[in-house]
Order: sequence, then structure tokens, then C-alpha cells
Amino acid sequence: MHAPGILSIVSTERLTEVTTEHQAIPFYRDERVLRWTAQIISAVVLIGLLVWIIVNFIQSANARGMALNFRFLNDPAGFPISDPVLPFDPSRTFGYAFLVGVVKTLLVAVTGIFFATILGTLIGLARMSSNWLLSRIALGYIEFHRNIPLLVLLFLWYFPVFAQFPSVEESITLAGPIYLNARGIFFTWPRLDSGGVIWLISIAIGIILAVIAWKVLEKRQLSTGRDTYYIYVSLAIVIIIPIIGWFVSGSSPLYLDIPVLDGFNYRGGLRLTPEFAALLIGLTMYTAAFIAEVVRAGIQSVSKGQTEAARAVGLRPFQVISLIVLPQALRVIIPPLISQYLNLTKNSSLALFIGYQEVFSVGKIAINQAGRAVPVFAMVMATYLLMSLFVSWILNWYNRRIQFVEK
Amino acid sequence: MSVSNKTISPPKPPGPIEWVRKNLFNSWFNAILTIVSLVIIYFLLKALIQWVLFFADWSPVAKFPLLFMVGQYDRNELWRIGLSASIFSVLMGISWGVWKGLIQGFALTLGGLLAVVALVPYPLDFLTIEVRLLLLMNVGLILLGYWFGRATKPRSNYVAIAWVVAALIIVVLLLGLGNNRFIPHVPTTVWGGLMVTLLLAVGGIVFSFPIGVLLAFGRRSSLPVVKVFSTVFIETIRGVPLITILFMFSLILTVFLPSGSRFDRLLRALIGITIFSAAYMAENIRGGLQAIPPGQVEAAKAVGMNSLQINLLIILPQALRLVIPAIVGQFISLFKDTTLVIILGINELLGIGRSVINSSPEFVQLQLEVYAFIALLFWIISYAMSYSARQLEIAMGVGER
Repeated sequence: MHAPGILSIVSTERLTEVTTEHQAIPFYRDERVLRWTAQIISAVVLIGLLVWIIVNFIQSANARGMALNFRFLNDPAGFPISDPVLPFDPSRTFGYAFLVGVVKTLLVAVTGIFFATILGTLIGLARMSSNWLLSRIALGYIEFHRNIPLLVLLFLWYFPVFAQFPSVEESITLAGPIYLNARGIFFTWPRLDSGGVIWLISIAIGIILAVIAWKVLEKRQLSTGRDTYYIYVSLAIVIIIPIIGWFVSGSSPLYLDIPVLDGFNYRGGLRLTPEFAALLIGLTMYTAAFIAEVVRAGIQSVSKGQTEAARAVGLRPFQVISLIVLPQALRVIIPPLISQYLNLTKNSSLALFIGYQEVFSVGKIAINQAGRAVPVFAMVMATYLLMSLFVSWILNWYNRRIQFVEK
Repeated sequence: MSVSNKTISPPKPPGPIEWVRKNLFNSWFNAILTIVSLVIIYFLLKALIQWVLFFADWSPVAKFPLLFMVGQYDRNELWRIGLSASIFSVLMGISWGVWKGLIQGFALTLGGLLAVVALVPYPLDFLTIEVRLLLLMNVGLILLGYWFGRATKPRSNYVAIAWVVAALIIVVLLLGLGNNRFIPHVPTTVWGGLMVTLLLAVGGIVFSFPIGVLLAFGRRSSLPVVKVFSTVFIETIRGVPLITILFMFSLILTVFLPSGSRFDRLLRALIGITIFSAAYMAENIRGGLQAIPPGQVEAAKAVGMNSLQINLLIILPQALRLVIPAIVGQFISLFKDTTLVIILGINELLGIGRSVINSSPEFVQLQLEVYAFIALLFWIISYAMSYSARQLEIAMGVGER
């Protein structure tokens, strides 16, 4: 133990030392001066760099006669787009061609997200199955897709498979009927008949009534304690009303649009081009492997005690999942799931290599065609950035909501 | 004796039949699942084995094995690649000896992989006795390095310096120096195959590391200019696909630089990959920085360190240790992403595959074989790396605290 007297003397000495030093602090050690200097230096360096880049850019743009404005958006595009989704021909403006590219990106992204979510959830559940064999199959699927580059998978799907379909005359016929040939995949597809609108309205009414019944009966059950069987009542409503609508609408509201061979091509049905099909399958299966891991991690994050406690207080298995496990698991699942959706959207730019023309491919054609590299490139980047911003906005909104629930 | 016979023995491990009943047929539903799974596996395996052994024609792969490994690298200069690989093996072994658990997974996996390929008991055309011996030699070099590392126990700083020196030597070896007799210049236009894939991935991670550290600190900085710049840079790069960045560097990089500046194609790809990787690296490192408890900073301030010292000596070393697994994961995905450089016309592994297919009309029918081979190569390497990464995480005790 030190003598307290000595200690206090030492500390007062140090204290006086410090204060004298503080009074005489030189400017190069003053934190405020240092901060301002760093601020100014960093600003000068960064702005200098930007100016240098811009000056170089303007010089070389002038030297090469490159366009630096967006006036060309109103010029005719001058190139065709295969399977343009929207009506398109080369005489339409470039701005419209770009829009077609954006729509095609969104089309493949949305369909891909839809199927990848379903497939990924199924595989994630299979991975957690108590059945050893099923769980191993799921693991094999996941490891297969996670360790091979997406581009190699797309090449494997497109060049040896979808690009090798036979000519229209020798189409492969699958049950359905579904026809596979070099022009694409032709599905038999249900379409709305004349009376279809009535049926659609009846479906909407059924859903609305079912939701109302669910809410009202659930509330009554909670307040009175008597079982109102709200799940079964809602299910019955949502099934019965569309059936009534089906008969009211006349003969049949839907008809099957069967593709038929007409000359050199099939007509009718739903046609997917081989490029779209290969891209969709590749993206979906690849992303599903990652979604499966997200789903598994999310469900495993809910501790076993939660399930056991829920069973102990007498909840039914369905209620355990829907009221206890899922709400907690979704909180863990949703953020990484959304970033997987964004990855899928960004990965759809690989479509370029297998000839599906989305926004990046359309941009690339335009860049190669004329000296519009910089503005077109800015448009492509802005498109992807807008999608990213939109997604991160959703994520932030969701995270805020979750935090609110937590407190 | 009779008493000892009656002692309670521990329960026997379940026999195979017991295990099958418990894991595969414990309910009706599970039994159906098992049978369906078995049927699926049977048909998949049958189709796969039949195809691999009887229907597939592996001639495009078997004819040009070197093309897939090193591209059109001058065939007289191949010893330079071999020597580079040997340097790598020795250093890998030494690092294993010095850093043990951190490197062990990688060294063992690499050695095991090489040994397995060298000892494949099947007379494959391109696995000549020389190739097998070379592979085994590298296994030997790893073990030699391990023994050296264990025996001499060099300081880890020296090993790190040795890695930097070795990297420079390897670059000089592969690239060559002008027109001399021993190592003439080999232009990067003839580089290709797996070599380029690996070089781009390694180069991308190594060069993106310092940029990533700067950006991570920049994003946490209290200087608004630095903070805004870092944030905008990171989010912009992360918001667009890698392919757009590569394309930008292939096409319009020169527009933003003084007129007359020229870049090697491979270098452009490397710059694009580095910039892309740096943004993700920055976010990984920032995650590590955020995990350092504020007490560390307060303690460092209390002992009178300035902010540079705090960041460099206190926060960064601890943060880096935390993010090593994330960086390994990033390396694996970068390794896969290097396939995109074919948009710049670089013949990395996938690009070589495409060139081989297009080189002769008979190979156009054999695309499945070529791409399947490439997929297999990627799968083995990437799986080996993620396996090693799991060993690393176990060695570091990540997730146990």
C-alpha cells in the first residue's frame, strides 16, 4: 500500500503540469486545428481528384466526339430486341428500347424471386428434416450450387440444354401438352374467357369476406373464449364463393389455350424463349440454395424451448408454427432474404452471356453502336442503383418496424 | 467373475438397422420420404455414372489439359509457373508450421487435394508420370516447409515479409523481364486458364484489403467529406453488378484518365475486381470495427494514445482477427466471380472452355462435357476452400464466445 500523502502530492504535481501544458498548447497539437486541417486537406484531395477526372473526361470526350447529353434518347434505336415483351421495333426511340430492357430485367427478377422463394423454402425445410436421407439430398443441392459460379451454371443450362432444342417440326412433347423446340417452350395455359371477369370478382369478394370473417370471429373467440372455428369458416368462404361465381359466370370462365402448330411455328399457349427459360432456371436454382440456408438459419434461431413451451400451454401444432415459430423466425429471415432478392436482380445482368436482352445488354448494344458510352452507362448504373436504394429503403423500414415490436 | 459380468455396460451404439429405423422410417410420412429420396438418388446417380463413363466424350478436355490450366502461356516457359507453385507450397508449409491452426486447414486440404489427384488410380491421358511426380513434389514441399517452420520457429513478421517477397518474385517470374535469355517477357494476352482465375482472385483480395481498410475507417470518420465519399463509394459499388464495373473498366476507364494512358487487359480486369472487392471488404472490416467494445478505445485514450495509434494499434488488429472468416468467404465468392472477366475477352477458365468449344466444329457438340469439367474444377477448389474456412473458424473459436 502506498502512503496516501505521497500519492496525492504526485497527482497534484501532474495536474499542474497538465494545466500549464494546456495553456501553452501549440497549434499543431490542438485537436480543433488538427480536425479542421484534416477536413480541408481531405476535401481538397477528393475534389482535386474529381476535377482531374472530369477535366480528363471532357478532353477525351471532345477528342472522340462523344455525346454528353441525353438528346439521343429520342433518336430511333436502330437495333432489334429479341422477345421484347412490349411491342418494339428498331424505329422506336432509344429511350423506349431502354425501357423495354428495364421491363425485361424486372420480369426475370420478379419471376425468379417468386420461384426461388418457394424452392428455397422447400429445400431449407428439407435440410432440417429429421429424415437423414432427405436432409442429405438438400445439403447436396445447396453445396452443388454454392460452389459453382453462377455463370458456369447458366452456361450449363443454356448451351448444352436449352440452346440444343430441336427444330419446330421435331418438337419434344411433354405432358400438358408442353412443346419444347428451338423457338421456345410452349405451355398450355389457362386464359380468361368472356365470363371470366365475373369469376375473378367472385374470387375477390370471397377473399375479402374471408378476411373479415377471420378478424371478426377471431376477436369474438378472444373476448368470449368460445371456439368460433374462424380458420374453417374463412376457408369455407374462400372456397365456396368462387365456386358459386364459377357457375354464375356461365359455361366456364377459363379456357385452355393449347399451342398448335401453325406453319413453321406454334401459336397460342404461353411461350418462353429458351434464353429466358435458361436464365430463369439458372437464377432460380442458384438463389434457392442461398435462400434455403437463410430459411434454415432463421428457423433454427428460434430456440427449441419456444416450441416446447407453446405445446405445453396447449397450442395446436399449426398454432405453434403460425403464432410462435414463424413470427420469430421471419424477423431473422427477412433481412438476408431481401438481400438475396437484390442479388438475384443484379445477377440477372449475366443474361448478356446467354442472349437474353435485359437492361445491361440493351445498354451494351447502344454503347457499341455509337459514342454514347458515358450517358448510357450512367443510365444502366442508375437503374441498378435505384433498385438497390428501393430495396434498402424497404429493409430499413422493416428493421425499424421490428425494433418497434421488440420494445 | 460372475459379478463383474453383471455390471451395467454403457448402452451400445445403435446398430445400423436401429439407426435406419430411427432416422429413416420413424413414421409413415418419413418412410415415404425415404423411399422417394432413394428413387431420386438412384435415377440421378445411374444417369450420372452412365453419362460420365459411357456417353460423355471427354476429348476436348483430355486433348488440351494444359490449356485449361495455364492458357497459351509459352510452353517453353512452363517451369516458371511450376517454380511459382513450388514457392507457394513451401511458404504454405512454413506458415502452417508457424501459425498452426490458422493455416492448417488450408495446407492440409491443398496437400490432400494434390496427393489425391497425383494418385488417381486410373490411367488418365494428361496425368503422365511427370505430372504425378510434380504434384507429389509439391505435397513434399508443403511438408518440408511445415518441418522447417516447426524446427526453426521463425518470427511471424519474417514469414509475412517472406510472403510479400515471394509474391513479387512470382509476379516477376510469370511476367518476365524484357528481353533477357533466362526469363523473357510473356505477354499477359497469352495467360489463361485456372492460373488467371486464381491470380485475379488472389490479386483482387490482396489489393482490395488496404483500400477496404481505408474505406471502412473513412465511413466511420467524423470528417464529413471523407465519410460521405466513403459511404457513396461503397454503396454505389455494392449497388451495381460486378459485370457493369468490369465493363466500365474495359470500355470507359481510359476516358477518365489523361489521354494516351494505356492499360493491359488483365490489369484492367484486376483493377475492376479490386474496386468491386474493396467495397465489400470495407463493409466486412467495418463489421469487425463495430464489434470492438468502446472500453478498448476509452482505455487507449486513458493511457494517452492519439487517435492514429488507437486505430492502428488497438482497434484494427482486434477487428481484423474477427473478420478473417468473412474475408475468406469473400475470397471464395470472388474466386467464382472472376468468371465474369470473359466480358473483357480474358481467357480465364470459363473463357478457355468457350474457346476450346469454338475451336472446332466437333467440339460444339461436346459443350456439356467442357462446362461440366469446368464446373467440377470450380466445385472442388471452392468446396476445399470453404471446408478449410470452417476448420479455420473452429481453430479461431469463432461463434463459441
